[in-house]
Amino acid sequence: MSARLTAPNLQLNELGKIRHFLTLEGLKQHHLLEILDTAESFINPNTDEIKKVPVLRGKTIMNLFFEPSTRTRTTFEIAEKRLSADVASLDIATSATKKGESLLDTLWNLQAMQADMFVIRHAESGAAHFFAQHVAPHVHVLNAGDGQHAHPTQAMLDMFTIRRHKGDIYDLKVAIVGDVLHSRVVRSQIQALSILEAREIRVIGPKTLMPTHPEAMGVHHYDNIEEGLQDVDVIIMVRLQNERMKSALIPSEKEFFKLYGLTKERLALAKPDAIVMHPGPINRGVEIDSEVADGPQSVILQQVTYGIAVRMAVMSIIMSNAAQLAQHKAEQASLELEMASADDTDGKENA
Amino acid sequence: MKELDIDVNALITRICEQLQSQDILAKSPKMIGIRTGGEWVAQALHQQLQLTDPLGVIDISFYRDDFSKIGLNPAVKPSDIPWEIDDQHIILVDDVLFTGRTIRAALNEIFDFGRPASVTLVTLLDRRGCRELPIQADAVGMQLECSQTLKVSGPDPLTVSILDQTEESA
Amino acid sequence: MRLMIKNARIIDPSQNLDRVTHLYIARGRIAGIGDEAPEGFSADQEIDATGKWLLPGLVDLKARLGDPGSNFAGNIASETKAAVAGGITSLCCPPDTSPVNDSQAVTELIQRRARQAATAFVMPVGALTQGLEGELLSGIYSLQQAGCVALSQADRPIQNSLTLKNALEYAVSHDMVVMLRCEDQKLKNNGVAHSGPVSSRLGLPPIPPSAETAALARDLILVEEAGIRAHFSQISCARSVELIAEAKKRGLPVTCDVAIHQLHLSEMDVMGFNSLFHTSPPLRSLEDKSALQMGLKHGIIDAVVSDHTPLERDDKLLPFGESRPGISGLETLLPLLLKLVNENGLDLMTAVRSVTQTPAAILGRNVIGSLEIGNSADLCIVDPQATWTLEEERMLSEGKNSPFIGWEFTGQVEQTFFQGRPVFRNNPI
Repeated sequence: MSARLTAPNLQLNELGKIRHFLTLEGLKQHHLLEILDTAESFINPNTDEIKKVPVLRGKTIMNLFFEPSTRTRTTFEIAEKRLSADVASLDIATSATKKGESLLDTLWNLQAMQADMFVIRHAESGAAHFFAQHVAPHVHVLNAGDGQHAHPTQAMLDMFTIRRHKGDIYDLKVAIVGDVLHSRVVRSQIQALSILEAREIRVIGPKTLMPTHPEAMGVHHYDNIEEGLQDVDVIIMVRLQNERMKSALIPSEKEFFKLYGLTKERLALAKPDAIVMHPGPINRGVEIDSEVADGPQSVILQQVTYGIAVRMAVMSIIMSNAAQLAQHKAEQASLELEMASADDTDGKENA
Repeated sequence: MKELDIDVNALITRICEQLQSQDILAKSPKMIGIRTGGEWVAQALHQQLQLTDPLGVIDISFYRDDFSKIGLNPAVKPSDIPWEIDDQHIILVDDVLFTGRTIRAALNEIFDFGRPASVTLVTLLDRRGCRELPIQADAVGMQLECSQTLKVSGPDPLTVSILDQTEESA
Repeated sequence: MRLMIKNARIIDPSQNLDRVTHLYIARGRIAGIGDEAPEGFSADQEIDATGKWLLPGLVDLKARLGDPGSNFAGNIASETKAAVAGGITSLCCPPDTSPVNDSQAVTELIQRRARQAATAFVMPVGALTQGLEGELLSGIYSLQQAGCVALSQADRPIQNSLTLKNALEYAVSHDMVVMLRCEDQKLKNNGVAHSGPVSSRLGLPPIPPSAETAALARDLILVEEAGIRAHFSQISCARSVELIAEAKKRGLPVTCDVAIHQLHLSEMDVMGFNSLFHTSPPLRSLEDKSALQMGLKHGIIDAVVSDHTPLERDDKLLPFGESRPGISGLETLLPLLLKLVNENGLDLMTAVRSVTQTPAAILGRNVIGSLEIGNSADLCIVDPQATWTLEEERMLSEGKNSPFIGWEFTGQVEQTFFQGRPVFRNNPI
């Protein structure tokens, strides 16, 4: 039964290549490097511009946003259009899809409109897995953020940014500061960093914003930012959502900034060439001081540009893998046919 | 299988002579090589012709018309054209002209960068008789028959071997 | 109709009986056990059960039957058929029906439908508070008069401590066991999976063990104060086992049960986001699982239940957190228990007792779950050697939501008798 499929094999095809892009968990280093290398090829080395290419001409990509996010949707749309795909975006109110049947009906209806790929954002962890389990075999699912689970393209663009500045992820010390517990981006970043063999991953913040078992995620927890930032190469700041104050996880933005805000003085504790990242949009004076956000070590705006190239890379790799798999199957089939007819002849000779 | 080694330098010189007999060199042309073999040939030509503008390189992986059959070339690298294409006279260089599909892809990509004044096509080797598109080179290092398969290696030294299929099948 | 079941290994914990002999049934009741037939007994029919086990019909303290209402799949007719296929002949149906069983009318409706189905003995459990809202008390006396065997809040524990204190003190004079599930809604905080490494990695909203243990600690104190006999339903944490053990040591009249799936599954099974593993309480850690197994072995956990929750296909066809929790468990209660006997060294007598004698005693009804002479002839014959695989197509419950589909079992119910009548016979393919 399909229900027994587990996360990693659901997103890989028979040749071990990416079929759906749901989470980084279970992917190998070569999968991630292929994405980073391919993303590189979309960027003009002199101008950092991203040119339109006709790779996905004739393919239809649908962006299904069950949880509205104009920013993420826009970067996906731009990436899809730069690949020359046909693009349709739908904001779907979850209230309209409360019952299971109608949620899948929505999906199957859109699938019937000749969709080749769904880019899905949903407020429920595991939603992308759910859709991937129920789409037709030729349709691909790309997770654009599901609940608190994963946001793999965002994490990959962060890796891309780090690699552009540091040459390699291997052996880097990375500190992630803020709300780790509720962040799907951080979960994916941690997975990406471990697959790419970062030397050390630290998470910094109060215990109320940390997952119960950080060690299960392969990270070290620091509740003191001064200790946590010592000698790191990369600092990733996480956006603090307002709801965290309402649910009594932290007292106030002011106190959070006093304890965990990234200031010039704290930045000085990291390596002198450390870079500062933030998935945006930033809360100035809450997670990060303006002076740091706009300072020379900040790479926040580049992340946005690279996001387009990385998403283009993921989508073209998925479609490329599908083409190669189809070709492989066709070759296998003709080979089997040949062998079958060879067997026939043998039989006759023996007779 | 018989391997025939070809003197690449002689072919490069032959191409330069052909280009000199045309009026393209008077128009301060800019050169683009098609990755990977075309880039090597272009480097040699660029040097011999002493062109002043840096050499451009295009990777046509994203422009191939067989994506749905073979997918993406895993070694794809960014195209690098370090100058504006608009209104320039372009010398487009490839190693082997065969079906013409690579040149079609390269032309499409060039036109995505801008509108050149003209494009002159140069190829080190031309396998005649296998063309699937109406594309011919303006300068050719050596003409071959379609049945002859080739192996180009480079960049330094740039060598071409002909793998003679006729013997193999005999 | 007189029936003789010959040469069976008869296992009845209520009589400390485990030997190969014959069992005699007359007029729907147990007429005798032994090598000699009771005086004047002549069998109309004989069943040769050589090599087979004969157990009292199982007693399940919690099985939802989907009747009345449409909030679950199936109905009393379909689900009692599933029950007897699993060897269960007596079952308590929790009050989370639609409408809620907080009145004589609903209790009687359930009993009427059960009598019509005539497949198994259905014992309604009445709601402790009206509509299970946790605010106003139900008519406990009326529910008892109508035939409710216990009171509970199903899966909606009373959050307000004062209301619970009042409910317990009011119920104490009615001599009915109160079944409590312990869950602090605020600590649960819309969680869907055990707070542990798996929920951390998958980003599933976590349910800390304290959601159960803090509520259990409160409930134990209120139970002690009220002096009521209380039964704790579906505990899931190692710490809960300790709390119950301490309470028993203090001499409190408390008992508890565990859902059978908690003894086999853990948070690790949630890794693939498979909504069939979405349960309430959630599947806990491996340490919790082994503490529950030990608790059963050592008698701290008294009973094992199916916590049968038959759901429609749509209920599970949703992302994990949006799917409805629950497992369709009637048909796997005994097989999973025997699996613990075969693979985990659980003593067979303890296993059988946990689904026969003790649940019957918890309800204060010693006439069920026992093969004593004079009791209703509710029993099942098990082939201990048969190996089989649970298949969705062969499940009798209308709820096909079982994570055990595809599991292989050794030991299969071959025949079930209810009031001396055959109500189930396994037909091998």
